[in-house]
Amino acid sequence: MHILVCIKQVPDSAQIRVHPVTNTIMRQGVPAIVNPYDLYALEEALRLKDRYRARVTALCMGPPQAEAALRKALAFGADEAILLTDRVFAGADTLATSYALSAAIRQVHQDLPVDLVFAGKQTIDGDTAQVGPGIAARLDMQLLTYVSKIVSLDLAAREIVVHRRSEGGVQVLKTRMPALITVLEGINEMRFASLADMFRAERHRLTTWNKDDAHIEDVTKVGLKGSPTAVSKVFAPTPTNRRAEIIETQSGQPVDLAATLVAKLLARHPDVALAINPSLELDGRSS
Amino acid sequence: MTATPQAPTPRPAGRRAQKLDERLAGYKGVWVFVEYERGQVHPVSWELLGEGRKLADALKVELAAVLLGPPDGAVRGFCDQAIHHGADLCYLACHPVLGDYRNAPYTTVLTDLVNRYCPEILLLGATTLGRDLAGSVATTLKTGLTADCTGLAIDPENRGLAATRPTFGGSLLCTIVTLNYRPQMATIRPRVMATPVADAKRTGRVIEHAVALIEDSIITKVLEFIPDDHAAEANLPFADIIVSGGRGMKRQENFRLIQDLARVLGAEVGASRPVIQAGWVGADRQVGQSGKTVRPRLYIAAGISGAVQHRVGMDKSDVIVAINEDANAPIFDFAHYGIVGNAMTILPALTQAFTEHLRARKQAC
Ligand SMILES: Cc1cc2nc3c(=O)[nH]c(=O)nc-3n(C[C@H](O)[C@H](O)[C@H](O)COP(=O)(O)OP(=O)(O)OC[C@H]3O[C@@H](n4cnc5c(N)ncnc54)[C@H](O)[C@@H]3O)c2cc1C
Ligand SMILES: Nc1ncnc2c1ncn2[C@@H]1O[C@H](COP(=O)(O)O)[C@@H](O)[C@H]1O
Repeated sequence: MHILVCIKQVPDSAQIRVHPVTNTIMRQGVPAIVNPYDLYALEEALRLKDRYRARVTALCMGPPQAEAALRKALAFGADEAILLTDRVFAGADTLATSYALSAAIRQVHQDLPVDLVFAGKQTIDGDTAQVGPGIAARLDMQLLTYVSKIVSLDLAAREIVVHRRSEGGVQVLKTRMPALITVLEGINEMRFASLADMFRAERHRLTTWNKDDAHIEDVTKVGLKGSPTAVSKVFAPTPTNRRAEIIETQSGQPVDLAATLVAKLLARHPDVALAINPSLELDGRSS
Repeated sequence: MTATPQAPTPRPAGRRAQKLDERLAGYKGVWVFVEYERGQVHPVSWELLGEGRKLADALKVELAAVLLGPPDGAVRGFCDQAIHHGADLCYLACHPVLGDYRNAPYTTVLTDLVNRYCPEILLLGATTLGRDLAGSVATTLKTGLTADCTGLAIDPENRGLAATRPTFGGSLLCTIVTLNYRPQMATIRPRVMATPVADAKRTGRVIEHAVALIEDSIITKVLEFIPDDHAAEANLPFADIIVSGGRGMKRQENFRLIQDLARVLGAEVGASRPVIQAGWVGADRQVGQSGKTVRPRLYIAAGISGAVQHRVGMDKSDVIVAINEDANAPIFDFAHYGIVGNAMTILPALTQAFTEHLRARKQAC
């Protein structure tokens, strides 16, 4: 069995700051990390590798520095890593990204057929959750999104049963490989990389592909040119002109502040008064 | 209506073209995909019809609802409801293969409908279903899709859709346009848009769409549906009153003060992200950018600073009350009422004051 995992290198958004005056992103010094959601995808693939002696290939499209993300995947136990990097890929939206990634996957498939593709639920920079479904549509693979559990896998019948999170419950789905699975956070706990694996990852020769290696002939389908969407502006949320009416009383005591607030709320907002619907019989114990 | 507009070839034009390509100008109308599963319409669909109505009016075109589902009477009934919520017409596709949501048959049918009737805008809820379907449909149609939007508008200059969404972890917003590709697609978060008031007198047309699919051709099968245990699950997005606590509550035990007030009001308990991370309450109670979007009639925030990632999930609430000991906390910039003070003493006092009000209300009956 051959499993391909799509991982992206992203800026650690928890550390991104916005310049207070110019409203621009201050990227300087923000570390690049593997998209946290993709680690769940990688771990799930590695678990199948352990069980079924599968081969795991990690694929990342990004600038040359994204190599670090792939080394991490190798350290955790991926067998192969492919960095898809070319100037023409820059500025891609999700449609163009899924085009380039699916072209590369097709190429990988020629050497060794791909049975499963794993992707994260979404990225923390793009946040769209669209690239996975996009790749599945382009490669005509069965799509299973928001998977919270792989229930069973039957290699002989090429069938896989999963739990898929949906509104109000879980769908138990059975499908045939090849399939693309986007995994939900919390589906597993990432392993620790062994020291030996870390050394192996450092020595490993990554495969680096440009557009020709991925057999992408039509450059109008990738990068900025192949992106139907464009960002027309970036701005800070408008400050409301509102400023809270601060409740004050002569005594400043909590009891008086609370009574004043409640009186104002009930008098001015009949909707709020109507919405109050205690779930407890008022027997005085609640106070 | 029986006339079918001639479908323009859905081929994208050059990105830099100034005027919308003639072929694309043939795309007309605003569509809302009405999410229907297991006998219920997701409320986000009504919210989108309310918003879609505004877009359609700005463009002076029709608003259509699209309903896919199994061939039972219920789906048909929801066409009327969609019209009551603002649609001019409803495209209806009923077939046994559309019984439970599955990506492949839904993508095929929705893509067919778009290719046949050519809407300029297609909106879906940013739910697990909507995001799954939108990604596949947009890729199949080779058009642009903007995910998880919080605002939509029409650019009066070029009649294009301007879709706004949070970016960079929610600290900024960005507006995204789809240039020379149609339809322009977007998914929108539940509870970001207001639910329109249904008007039972509104009438509209229903256009049935024949589905030529057979179950044998569909590879993925639904074996079972395991419903969530609703007793344990919070229904924050649709709560009328929410009492939320933040890191300022200091300790898990103090969260009892939040729960006491919530119980007296019949409210749901919410929380900011640090509270979830500390494990004081379950993850389904997180309000904000990476949690739930809520719009209750009353939102009480105690010990919450009002960071933008929290704010985007709750600032559409009708009335916001903030309790914070720091008079300069950002939450006072967008709350309606504020008490500057210690939540540990203010919360019990509020619980007491509301209890007294309820007692008086009961006696008056
Ligand atoms: C990508 C990303 C996504 C995020 N998503 C979310 C999200 O969905 N939801 C969310 O909430 N956050 C989210 N955050 C985190 C967010 O940026 C803030 O860190 C968080 O909202 C702060 O929570 P807080 O207000 O409870 O804590 P703090 O910011 O620590 O504020 C505590 C407040 O309590 C007050 N206080 C202290 N003691 C008392 C007292 N005794 N009585 C009254 N007041 C008191 C303090 O004055 C202070 O204002 C996200 C961050 C990132 C980077
Ligand atoms: N540049 C990329 N390289 C590899 N995988 C990617 C890339 N962009 C997105 N993905 C995959 O697609 C998933 C969804 O991404 P997104 O649609 O950007 O939220 C991610 O979790 C990754 O698994």
